[in-house]
Amino acid sequence: MTPKAAIRAEGERLLAAFVQAGAVPVEADILQPAGTLLDLYGEDIRARAYVTDDPVRGEMMLRPDFTVPVVQAHMAHGAEPARYAYLGEVFRKQARGSGRASEYLQVGYEVFDRAAPEVADAEVFALFRDLLAGLDLRPVTGDIGILMAAVRGLETSERRKAALLRHVWRPHRFKALLDRFAGRASVPAGRLALLERLKAGSPAQLIAEAGTFVGLRSAEEIATRAEALVADAETPPIRATEAALLYDLLSLEAPAAHALAHLRGITPMLPAIAPAVDRFAARLEALAARGVDVATLAFEASHGRTALEYYDGFVFSFLAEGMPPVASGGRYDALTAVLGAGAFIPAVGGVIRPGLVARLKGALA
Amino acid sequence: MIRLGVPSKGRLMQDCFDWFGARGVMMRRSGSDREYSGVVEGVEGVVPVLLSAGEIPRELAAGRIHLGVTGSDLVREQLAEDEVAEVAKLGFGKADLVIAVPNVWIDVETVDDLDAAAAAFRKVHGHRLRIATKYHRLVREFLQAQGVADYQLVDSQGATEGTVKNGTAECIADITSSGETLRANHLRILSDGLIHSSQAVLWASRMAEWSAEDRAAMEQLAQRLGVRSPF
Repeated sequence: MTPKAAIRAEGERLLAAFVQAGAVPVEADILQPAGTLLDLYGEDIRARAYVTDDPVRGEMMLRPDFTVPVVQAHMAHGAEPARYAYLGEVFRKQARGSGRASEYLQVGYEVFDRAAPEVADAEVFALFRDLLAGLDLRPVTGDIGILMAAVRGLETSERRKAALLRHVWRPHRFKALLDRFAGRASVPAGRLALLERLKAGSPAQLIAEAGTFVGLRSAEEIATRAEALVADAETPPIRATEAALLYDLLSLEAPAAHALAHLRGITPMLPAIAPAVDRFAARLEALAARGVDVATLAFEASHGRTALEYYDGFVFSFLAEGMPPVASGGRYDALTAVLGAGAFIPAVGGVIRPGLVARLKGALA
Repeated sequence: MIRLGVPSKGRLMQDCFDWFGARGVMMRRSGSDREYSGVVEGVEGVVPVLLSAGEIPRELAAGRIHLGVTGSDLVREQLAEDEVAEVAKLGFGKADLVIAVPNVWIDVETVDDLDAAAAAFRKVHGHRLRIATKYHRLVREFLQAQGVADYQLVDSQGATEGTVKNGTAECIADITSSGETLRANHLRILSDGLIHSSQAVLWASRMAEWSAEDRAAMEQLAQRLGVRSPF
């Protein structure tokens, strides 16, 4: 076990490097209001974060990450462009016997800059690469923006696209929806029965026949969705060729330069991804300009999809065998809009775990 | 001495005594009606500990009892997989943990529908769809595995079926055996909304100290009961 003092020293070293790179050091409270985090991440976060009760402030969480408080602080009173760095504990529940720490230091770097997002992506990645050099880590990159652009470009109803986009971060449900919309999965028997019943009568009539009305969800809301189900049943399946491209995209794993060539190849068939692919190309150029070998850099189109659901563009991790990601990060433009009450700014950043860095250095020494 | 936790009252206690009795292990409460103590006859080295069924999982996890009889719903909700071992399913106390929605939700038959309804509900009402339950962990794990979003769990320790009518939840996840209370409260079970099929189970604690004598007594008991030994 690496002693805490050594881990903190490693954290301080990394923080100093982030400040050197132009970041302003910031602090965040350990006790965060649970409401904001629950609204962002949903109930899943309860299984991972420590929730506690304050008699005055209500439900509070021990800080599960820094991104949310840093974004909030920036949206409330930050100047642009801005670079921030922070160092502190985060808290995550771990499964019994996993051997993983439930309290550990994170040191992070966040860039809020409208000018050239791809250049900012490359800046963050290259900075992390330099700071982690010599630890024999495996970098992996991805781009959730390409997947989202592909979904937006599908020739199907807006409702189906919205359903798919909502579940981009839940691969299991996403695939189930895609299978259904593409006609690869059979319609559940219950759904067929309901559609039959809806053919026989209006939603209002069926609701009335269902007995006593209880609950806050109104008859109008129920009828609206029932009508949407009928409309969806009449929507033709997503074309097989289009669906095949999307399945292909989900499983795309290749060195970045190869991945770009592949994506260029399928763009004529999925023209909607062209702007996202251009951004990918611009990022690779910016990465190459910083000395990253994009001919060997690993790219996985689905990378980062099971992480906290706010990354919506470039994502990256630095991995070592037998431990959690040593560093990870990505772009989260949409999050700034959610937390900014109307305001919006492109943002990218990442975190390093000094404890893992110190452990790797100890093993290397 | 093996400490065997058994429910201290009611139907569950009687069913439990009957199950052991049918296998030649006689169990009864001793002393006055109000005194929570008991005796075991027909096997050596076992002492009964009469407990509220709801407390048996905690006692197993703390290792204060070696064996315990309680519902699999309570154990799965409260304990980690490796804290206890299942010795035998006892075949009584059967009940299902299910998700139930208002019967007037004609558009919601499956978990998939519930997820879509939750998304629309949140847009209209500005808060996530509320599911009342006391089984937070089981329900959350079930919904997480299915990729459901835009819901929140609200705690309900009793009369959960009434929360929808009372306006504190949109739907519920609760234990039911016949479904009658659900129907009486105008609720209907989702066709794929079965989270856990519960029944009374004899559990062995992995957290308790098992001496050589305890292990020997356990072998004897397992043989008498016709069940697998947990070791």
